[in-house]
Amino acid sequence: MIITGKTWLFGANINTDLILPGRAQLFTEQEQMACVFEANRPGWIDGIDRGDIIIGGQNFGMGSSRPAARSLRNIGLGCLVAESINGLFFRNCVNWGFLALECPGISDAFTEGDVADVSFENFTITNRRTGAALQTGAIPYQLLNTMKAGGVFPALEAEGLVAPAS
Amino acid sequence: MGMTAIEKILARNSGRDSVKPGDLVMVEVGTAVMYDNNFIPAIWHEVLKVKDAERIVVVFDHRAPAKDIVSAEAHKTGRGFVKKFGIKRFHDVGATQGICHVLVADHGYALPGTVLVCGDSHTCSAGVFNCAARGTGAPDMFYAITKGETWFRVGETVRYELEGQMQPNVSMKDVFLYLADTYGDHATMNVEYGGSALPSLSINARRTMSTMSAELSAEFATFEPDPVMLDYVRERNPGVAFEEQYPDGDAVYVDTRIIDLGRIEPLVALPDTVLNNSRPVGAVAGTKIDQAFIGSCANGTLDDLAAAAEVLAGRQVSPDVRMIITPGSQTIYRDGLKLGYIETLMDAGAVVTNATCGACGGGHLGILAAGETCITASTRNFKGRMGSSEARVFMASPATVAASAIRGTITDPREILAERGAA
Repeated sequence: MIITGKTWLFGANINTDLILPGRAQLFTEQEQMACVFEANRPGWIDGIDRGDIIIGGQNFGMGSSRPAARSLRNIGLGCLVAESINGLFFRNCVNWGFLALECPGISDAFTEGDVADVSFENFTITNRRTGAALQTGAIPYQLLNTMKAGGVFPALEAEGLVAPAS
Repeated sequence: MGMTAIEKILARNSGRDSVKPGDLVMVEVGTAVMYDNNFIPAIWHEVLKVKDAERIVVVFDHRAPAKDIVSAEAHKTGRGFVKKFGIKRFHDVGATQGICHVLVADHGYALPGTVLVCGDSHTCSAGVFNCAARGTGAPDMFYAITKGETWFRVGETVRYELEGQMQPNVSMKDVFLYLADTYGDHATMNVEYGGSALPSLSINARRTMSTMSAELSAEFATFEPDPVMLDYVRERNPGVAFEEQYPDGDAVYVDTRIIDLGRIEPLVALPDTVLNNSRPVGAVAGTKIDQAFIGSCANGTLDDLAAAAEVLAGRQVSPDVRMIITPGSQTIYRDGLKLGYIETLMDAGAVVTNATCGACGGGHLGILAAGETCITASTRNFKGRMGSSEARVFMASPATVAASAIRGTITDPREILAERGAA
């Protein structure tokens, strides 16, 4: 699986309250989408295209357990590549089915708007403008399979353990 | 090769002889704590089967009592879940209400050497009990309660040796702010706390540190076992067997750092993050505040109420400040009443609310308007965390927050206490 998309650059320590503000936790899944990054990048949500890619800095997704990764998936982003990802946020990427990869050095390899090819097969990230290619570590296949399958709920539903969300 | 404490806990709960950084392990879940956010309509999936109802705890804390209709619906759903599966350890609005991590400590739900998961990010709090405890997402919780297991990536571990003795009016919150300021984030890594200062630190003080470790982005925060902790757990679990895990003598750490508690001064984190962002209280003294808050899973303990009461005794909160104090559990609230702390705080003009997450998460009971400034002893000071994204939130110890409430500006608590000493 290779994700190709236009990149948006975010800095270090992007926290969950910026991705999905606290007040939105009581909103519906649909309503939550409109609030993404409203405090730090107002209007950004209106300018993105399906398949766009976030290039993040160190410690992306620090903070709460809220379903912020689900909102990034729902707004149509292709994937996230960050210098490092908060462990809880990474779990949420896996379990809500949002493709995410850690790659040290990624921030310096991109200028906002560059188009990236991100391979979730051999874990390389290529900048189409500069030709620079970065290799990063593989995601364990069990986690990658869950990410690609839309998270854990489809499997739990198929096993008869939980009902589909009402 | 030796293992760190967390590596040993993860190994024994995944049926392995050893684990090392880079491994992915499936572990048995000893305790799964569900809380009200898991039941809100945008998250909830009706659960058809659970693996073991005896291992589940249910707590309403983020918006308890319900602050609006959506919260009320979540609580109603949660009560239905509890009834359907006959869950005994249930903390509804009432006598044993409180913040889930505080209740886990109060009731001894976290057994040393076991795995505890909860869908709230500050679950690392229970690492104080030598438990592999961490916050997970909501989907993880549905997986854990239905299948009885979960996965963890094993990270490298940083060891912190806590040494020396804290000065008067310095608290573990200041120690944490020092650590976060000096070392920044620990994403993908574990932290392990031990050292010669351990016996002098109360469980409450240690829990401030383990809870705040979420703010370091630590994977797991684990305290080395000691008699104080083991007695605390045994008192609450008579006759229950467990096997605490000590780090091996030849455990491999990515770094070992010595923290001399005696050198720590009161610190204040500037708005938006605690990472590499604190100043000595004197550097920001005089900054005008509108609200002062003490509470949360990190600072809603009896020790924190005592620290605030010591500063506020016989004094008045500035008329320009709203001082809000939210105990971590109703049990702590009652204990604070019996010890006279609550009366002292109320006489000073503070509002003491019921136990809940409250203002810490910006949910209710103390939301900030645009342009307002708050100083808080709670878990987070992210932009927009406690209300408007145009409010400023400084983070400090309960003593510093209480001192600031008196003057209406950020204040070194040692000045207030020195005035009293001189009077």
